[in-house]
Amino acid sequence: MTDEARVDWEAVIGIETHVELQTASKMFCGCPVSFGAPPNTTVCPVCLGLPGALPVPNEAAIEGILRIGAAFGCELVSYSEFHRKNYFYPDLPKNYQISQYDLPLCVNGSVEIETDESSSTIGITRVHMEEDTGKSLHVGEGGRIADADHSLLDFNRSGVPLVEIVSEPDIRSAAEARAYGSEIQRIVRSLGVSDARLEEGSMRFDANISVRRRGDEEFGTRTEVKNVNSLRSLQGAIAFEIERQVRVLEGGGSVVQETRHWNEATGVTASMRSKEESEDYRYFQEPDLVPLEVDDAWRERIVASLPELPSARRSRYRALGLDMINAGLLVDDAALGSLFDDAVAAGADPAATANRLTGEVVAYTRREGVGVSETALTADHLVELGTMVTEGDLSATAAKDVLAGVLAGEGMPRAVAEQRDLLQISDLGVIEAAVESVLAEHAEAVERMQGGDMKPVGFLVGQVMRATGGKADPKAVSELIRSRASSET
Amino acid sequence: MTDPADLTLGEAAAELRSGSLSARELLDAVTARAANTEAQLHAFLTLDRDGARTAAEAADTAIAAGEDLGPLMGIPIAVKDNMCTRGIETTAGSKILSGYEPPYDATVVSRLRDAGAVIVGKTNLDEFAMGSSTENSAYGPTHNPWDTDRVPGGSSGGSAASVAVGSSIAALGSDTGGSIRQPASLCGIVGAKPTYGLVSRYGLIAFASSLDQIGPFARNVGDTATLLEVVAGFDIRDATSFRGARPDIAGGLTAGVAGVRVGMVKELMGDAIAPPVRAAVQRTIDLLDDAGAEIVEISMPSFDYALSAYYLIAPAECSANLARFDGVRYGLRVDGETTETMMGRSRAAGFGPEVSRRILLGTYALSAGYYDAFYGQAQRVRTLVRRDFAAAYEQADVLVSPTAPSTAFPIGAKTADPLEMYYQDICTIPLNLAGDPGMSVPVALDDDGLPIGFQVMAPALGEKVMFQVGAEVERLVAFDSRPALATSEVTLP
Repeated sequence: MTDEARVDWEAVIGIETHVELQTASKMFCGCPVSFGAPPNTTVCPVCLGLPGALPVPNEAAIEGILRIGAAFGCELVSYSEFHRKNYFYPDLPKNYQISQYDLPLCVNGSVEIETDESSSTIGITRVHMEEDTGKSLHVGEGGRIADADHSLLDFNRSGVPLVEIVSEPDIRSAAEARAYGSEIQRIVRSLGVSDARLEEGSMRFDANISVRRRGDEEFGTRTEVKNVNSLRSLQGAIAFEIERQVRVLEGGGSVVQETRHWNEATGVTASMRSKEESEDYRYFQEPDLVPLEVDDAWRERIVASLPELPSARRSRYRALGLDMINAGLLVDDAALGSLFDDAVAAGADPAATANRLTGEVVAYTRREGVGVSETALTADHLVELGTMVTEGDLSATAAKDVLAGVLAGEGMPRAVAEQRDLLQISDLGVIEAAVESVLAEHAEAVERMQGGDMKPVGFLVGQVMRATGGKADPKAVSELIRSRASSET
Repeated sequence: MTDPADLTLGEAAAELRSGSLSARELLDAVTARAANTEAQLHAFLTLDRDGARTAAEAADTAIAAGEDLGPLMGIPIAVKDNMCTRGIETTAGSKILSGYEPPYDATVVSRLRDAGAVIVGKTNLDEFAMGSSTENSAYGPTHNPWDTDRVPGGSSGGSAASVAVGSSIAALGSDTGGSIRQPASLCGIVGAKPTYGLVSRYGLIAFASSLDQIGPFARNVGDTATLLEVVAGFDIRDATSFRGARPDIAGGLTAGVAGVRVGMVKELMGDAIAPPVRAAVQRTIDLLDDAGAEIVEISMPSFDYALSAYYLIAPAECSANLARFDGVRYGLRVDGETTETMMGRSRAAGFGPEVSRRILLGTYALSAGYYDAFYGQAQRVRTLVRRDFAAAYEQADVLVSPTAPSTAFPIGAKTADPLEMYYQDICTIPLNLAGDPGMSVPVALDDDGLPIGFQVMAPALGEKVMFQVGAEVERLVAFDSRPALATSEVTLP
């Protein structure tokens, strides 16, 4: 039973998404932001929390978060403050995290999401700026700090700019949650502020989940599943939690407010048995930093510099007649989408071009393990190829071969077609002669057609195509055969 | 001939340029003074003999080559041990940082080095600058050079005692609630807390970030201004650093006080102030009056709440600032079965009682359910204090008061009662809450021969008028006493 099948229960889900910004330097110091550097090599007194070191905010990171906020249509506030969030943990070098509390940079936005069944608007409560922590590697049984023999700390990630996007509890199913996560990822990527790679941890989710009887106004008790690092896990963990909570409630029990851990391998969530019953972070204004002020000019520049967002692009593609899958693929792969845009702008047919890009081209890039921008394919190629097909110079099958040649760098489509001898026979006389000769060889088939049985047409077309080396236009051949059959009645 | 250790900064700088004294000779004199006095004073936690010698020799080479790096070239300076010095142990007076050698110099230390100053060593302080007597140092107290049975004040007691006795020519301290001005007062020297943001805090081991400010000590007002001029100025590494052009600091030193409006703060001339202190301050005000200043009485009603507000805000900030001392990456570590136990044990063993008390106070003040009543309320008082100052500066150009409610008290006299110790700061704390500058100038000795300090306060970035009035006070009172310890040869056993 899926969560959607539960008719008498409704899930209420809110998601906190953390996104690491790929700025050149960290949030509060000049250390480079890098993934995969040897441990503790991109560190300095500031991100190590050494005595006396002070944070200085990175303007590029502020710019990045404002772009994210603007993409969600948030209000970019004119006055914002940093706060200290106090808790002790070995990979948090100052034992407080510089974050934002009651005065975040961006508030009140929204994002449109679509699933197979529905489309809805999810509110974005706030988007705030903070610093990432270091990483702990717990050596010993279990890989958890409590069971570890000893722990190793890597502070390369410490101080990397981290944006937290907090949704309203507007999400109603695990499928919606996945669609939400994936849309956030697309938007962040489209802005060029982060690669938002879940598998590398540059994007991660915490989900708050509760259930209530359909029609109830009040929220149920929620649980939180932290550090979910794939879209599939997000959907799986939420589906599991909804199911678990409904079972608990239907069994007369009550849901315990707690943090739960999603186990990818077993597909279940388990209580983290956190010792702190309720954490008190003792937030207070960060005295080492001055308030952030965003003036109208900055705000206007941010909004004006936003690229076309995924939802707008998707709508535009749908309006061009593309189906949801093709539109989605073109939105997800920026290079593919921009190739499409260029080709269509130069006159290519949208649907046929989209099919070629999401079909043969994607298959080719996957097989070769390259991005589309690394192939020889250009918008001009796509335009010429499209024209050749619509003008009857190429069959659909031959077009695929030509495209393969173009991708392999063999040149312009016409040249490839000539080189590979794939041009369709355009001389009607040649085709008629071939048809005549095939009909002459298959007299009984002709007789059957004349008797009203049109089944042999396909066979005869095949024979003609074989005789012409596949270069005849099968539609023209078929028409010729049919007209001959009827003319001889 | 005067022992070079007794020269003022200005005199020493002139002699270095004239060639009558070398930086090496000056350093030797100051080092000899330290050797003769440290056993009784304990002003220093670390003496950097090698570094100082190298710096002095470099200064001599520069002077010989005709270079001029400015007024601090070749001058022996002491630095409070809560400012990071690369490769030189920096403990902030705490056991938890015993043996800790920072990998970088604080901005003020770099500026001293760039100016050719000779850093002689790191001075004693109350642990993490929390205290008013230097008795809270984990390494033992500093003694007052005027009477070694008494405290030098705090928390920058080591710097103040060193400058007073001549084991340095000038020194840097830090002032969170009076930690420069009060020891300057108790040691009979000049000390100034500049406007918040004028001197970079980068590399200053934080006590309370919104209140901490580094400032100078010297034996006269002009030298104090000179040292401030070198260390002041915008620093990209400190986000709270003042971005505008550095204000004029020493431009009014000889301008006198004719027509200057001097506000006497009524709340700081009451019964809480020892009668001899009050009398000396009143005499000084009368001298200013005679010299042409316009004396006005000013009331600052919020001052009654300033001490309470301070003892919530400063501990709250310190509770977070000192969280990083956890035994994980540097400093003292006491092992435990779990990470949490290790952290807890390291902190319990590393922090002294006053530091622990303030961390607990601050943690409590920020806790859910108590935040509004304590930290929130304290912030509102802070706003009121600022308003009182703003209103006062409409009627006066500077405000004056005693620096400390009493002269130096005996070691151990106030250690049993933290609140009584906190009252040492009643005259100095309001300024820190406002972020304004203030300084202490010695004006007299009491009947026990202990110095009395006079506080001059000015509006933010009003260093020029503050030093102007301070310099005139200095001229009018002609205080030229030195502690006995500075003038008597002491032979070590």
